[in-house]
Amino acid sequence: MSEKLADWTKGAEAIIYQHCADCGARQYFRRSFCAACGAPEPETKRANGEGTVYATSLVCRAATPETKAHVPYNILLVDTSEGFRMMAHGENDLAIGDKVFARYKKFAGRLVPYFEKAR
Amino acid sequence: MSYITGVGLTSYGKHEGSSSLDLMSKAAAQAIDDAGLTRSEIDGLLCGYNTVAPHIMLATVFAEHFGIRPSYAHAVQVGGATGLAMTMLAHHLVDAGVARHVLVVSGENRLTGQSRDASIQALAQVGHPDYEVSLGPTIPAYYGLVASRYMHEYGVTQEDLAEFAVLMRAHACTHPGAQFHEPITVADVMASKPVAMPLKLLDCCPVSDGGAAFIISPEPTGTAGIRVRGCAQAHTHQHVTAAPRLSELGAEISITKAKTASGLAISDVRYAAVYDSFTITLAMLLEDLGLAKRGEAAARVRSGYFSRDGEVPLNTHGGLLSYGHCGVGGAMAHLVETHLQMTGRAGNRQVRDASIALLHGDGGVLSSHVSMFLERVR
Repeated sequence: MSEKLADWTKGAEAIIYQHCADCGARQYFRRSFCAACGAPEPETKRANGEGTVYATSLVCRAATPETKAHVPYNILLVDTSEGFRMMAHGENDLAIGDKVFARYKKFAGRLVPYFEKAR
Repeated sequence: MSYITGVGLTSYGKHEGSSSLDLMSKAAAQAIDDAGLTRSEIDGLLCGYNTVAPHIMLATVFAEHFGIRPSYAHAVQVGGATGLAMTMLAHHLVDAGVARHVLVVSGENRLTGQSRDASIQALAQVGHPDYEVSLGPTIPAYYGLVASRYMHEYGVTQEDLAEFAVLMRAHACTHPGAQFHEPITVADVMASKPVAMPLKLLDCCPVSDGGAAFIISPEPTGTAGIRVRGCAQAHTHQHVTAAPRLSELGAEISITKAKTASGLAISDVRYAAVYDSFTITLAMLLEDLGLAKRGEAAARVRSGYFSRDGEVPLNTHGGLLSYGHCGVGGAMAHLVETHLQMTGRAGNRQVRDASIALLHGDGGVLSSHVSMFLERVR
């Protein structure tokens, strides 16, 4: 069953992913099928917000008036505990390998996931 | 069998008042002239996409403007890999007898035709519209992410990356058409403004106006014979979020297939033309292609291995980093320079031996790859 859960891209404080019951693959970009095996209707699940920093880039030069107001801001790739990778914002001093958990922040008029160091 | 029979290239930088079609026309006319052909002999046309003046039928817009009536024509879009992807397609079209002389052309007034912000914004759209672009990343940030991971896994430093910017600038200083002619040092790169860490301004290619073109034909049209010996592609993902691990990126896949297609090894390569949108791009691709061991490309730059008089001269025109980057034409300049080197026409930049060249293009965020071997047969 593909439950309709709203996530941060729709303004809700949640990170959603899909799990394929057929092959076990997890995917972050929402689709009506599993991109690994093609099976229809992967299960929609809510992530617990825990993860590990895979990569970071502190953006110091932005391209739009809305985003320029926020520089510098840290763009991250986070490997979540559920096993999918996602892009997000995070604290400026995060390093690769840091254990993090998700909070949410307003950025350029939208809600975005913002990871902080787990304590 | 196919040959690169003619090349054309404008200077890169500012071409105030020139439209994309003007820049494309200038380069195309040069390439046709260089091949010793007339424009009526061009029966195939491939042109790169355009961000300043996008059009759903760019190739026929150009054909009409330029005054040719090809029997095969369309635009191609593979990001930064477009130039080599078009060359690969032209090679197969000519080989299959679909067309005799294929004109491959691209040009944009990216610097003077739109604001820098507009360029950066347009390019950021290679990101996922919902899950990436809304976070405010830029192309340098996508590559900054990859750079941070690569540096972490292989012990590469920011000073290592700076070496590639310094080398490309040194090469550009010897080419009158390059956008930048002031020598730079590793310290200059390190002190340049942060853009998307670990990448700083001098780790990034500029935005340029310019045009490039070449002709692909089934046999040589002049005295020189520069043959496409073999080529291959690989496409593993579009968005950096969906990229495979560093050891499974497309460059390694495409070079393996290109080596098989050409029957050549990396040890045969005498000249290299490798995509260099950022210093990290060049460092990673050189190592993925096998032109340096993991984490050791910068050491090879320092030892002169990739210099004009080194074992494998690299991007002797200055690359995207210092010759300039006008979109699809940006990496086409790599092929133009390779052709000049292979035909002994590179003047003060001429290398000792460019008999076998390896070219590699990358589109997206290391998403799409084309590897190609060229060989001088006469």
